[in-house]
Amino acid sequence: MNSASLPTVALGHLLGSMADDEFVIGFSDSEWTGIAPLLEEDVAMSSLAQDEIGHAAALYGLLGELTGADPDALAYDRDPDEYRHARLLDHGRGDWAMTIARRYLYETSDAVRLEALIGGAWPPLAQLCAKLVREERYHLMHINAWFVRLAAAHGEPRDRLVAALEALSADASTVFTPLPGERALLDARIQAAPMAELEARWRAAIAPTFEAHRLTMPPAATSPTKGREGHGAAFAWLWGEFNQVRRSEPGAVW
Amino acid sequence: MSEAGIQIGVAVARSAAVRGVAPKPIDRAAVLAALGDVMDPELPVLSVLDLGIVHEVRIGPTGIDVSILPTFIGCPALDVIKSSIAGRLAAFGVPVRVEATFEIPWTSDRISPAGLAALAAVGIAPPSAPDEVRCPHCASAEVVQDSLFGPTQCRSLYFCRTCRQPFEGLKAV
Repeated sequence: MNSASLPTVALGHLLGSMADDEFVIGFSDSEWTGIAPLLEEDVAMSSLAQDEIGHAAALYGLLGELTGADPDALAYDRDPDEYRHARLLDHGRGDWAMTIARRYLYETSDAVRLEALIGGAWPPLAQLCAKLVREERYHLMHINAWFVRLAAAHGEPRDRLVAALEALSADASTVFTPLPGERALLDARIQAAPMAELEARWRAAIAPTFEAHRLTMPPAATSPTKGREGHGAAFAWLWGEFNQVRRSEPGAVW
Repeated sequence: MSEAGIQIGVAVARSAAVRGVAPKPIDRAAVLAALGDVMDPELPVLSVLDLGIVHEVRIGPTGIDVSILPTFIGCPALDVIKSSIAGRLAAFGVPVRVEATFEIPWTSDRISPAGLAALAAVGIAPPSAPDEVRCPHCASAEVVQDSLFGPTQCRSLYFCRTCRQPFEGLKAV
């Protein structure tokens, strides 16, 4: 595809939403560093955080190449209401079950989204997604094991997982919020299928696990078009944390 | 070090040009041999060649261009590796540029046989499917995975039930 026919605006929305998703879940994961319930999970959550923030950096980098923006400025210098991550990631750290439920819903969604982009017609994104999938495979193995472990347990672990899924249910499918200009991405063959179709694939992918463990499938999003805005107090707090160093010494470099 | 290395390279190339000395042609084999001296900072028994991250080496009239494949997207060692390569190749006296690319994904089967042997010698199991991991100390198959995630992005943690030693294994990606 030559650059003249590249749907730059729509592609920017896609890259920005993916980058913000990875950035916010990465920082949420890093909140367990030092306090996770098991040493192995402390290492795992820290390693996952490092992966996700690395993914975000690569995606902000692509967005920067497309628009000329500085990737660090994209990551750190926007107001909280300018971020376009899915509202699924807006619920605060919560307990361990909340983290497992959120990661499970996010990773399974992200896997479906990546599959739809791997064969895309814009090589920089298709190539990056091919690499992302190889790393996300480990994230899926980790989170599937934990999700099933809690779901199959009796008593408190399962109760907490059920409560977490209920708290997240209205935002569970928000990774698939349709993005402005989606049609242009489909026409340019950058994205293989519309978000509505990807959400259906995701539901089909997770339904057997929910059924096997007698869990209630997440309902349709309450505000399907507003799934990436109105981030609320928990995100405002996280935002204040993750850009604290940046704000305390503007322009500093490592 | 990378900036310094590049600057030195530029300076040497310029002084040769100013003196009107025809630059010596750069021997590709010598460049590759030099890359064999650059070790991965997180797995210092592996050179960047053994690790299989060197994608392309182009030697042209404007210097040496090296493209490398990151093992993991967010690998914090990447900048160190770029600097080390630029620093080592500065000895050739021409500008050196090192770029990371995702043109093809790095996969763990790009590690050379010598690299796999070097890993085993320091107690790191080579990349393989989780049920095919063998203890690097005693070769036992009686191993359990303690954690998918280890001290660096590319490693997992295992325990050998035969020799009762913990060990690390490279993730197969």
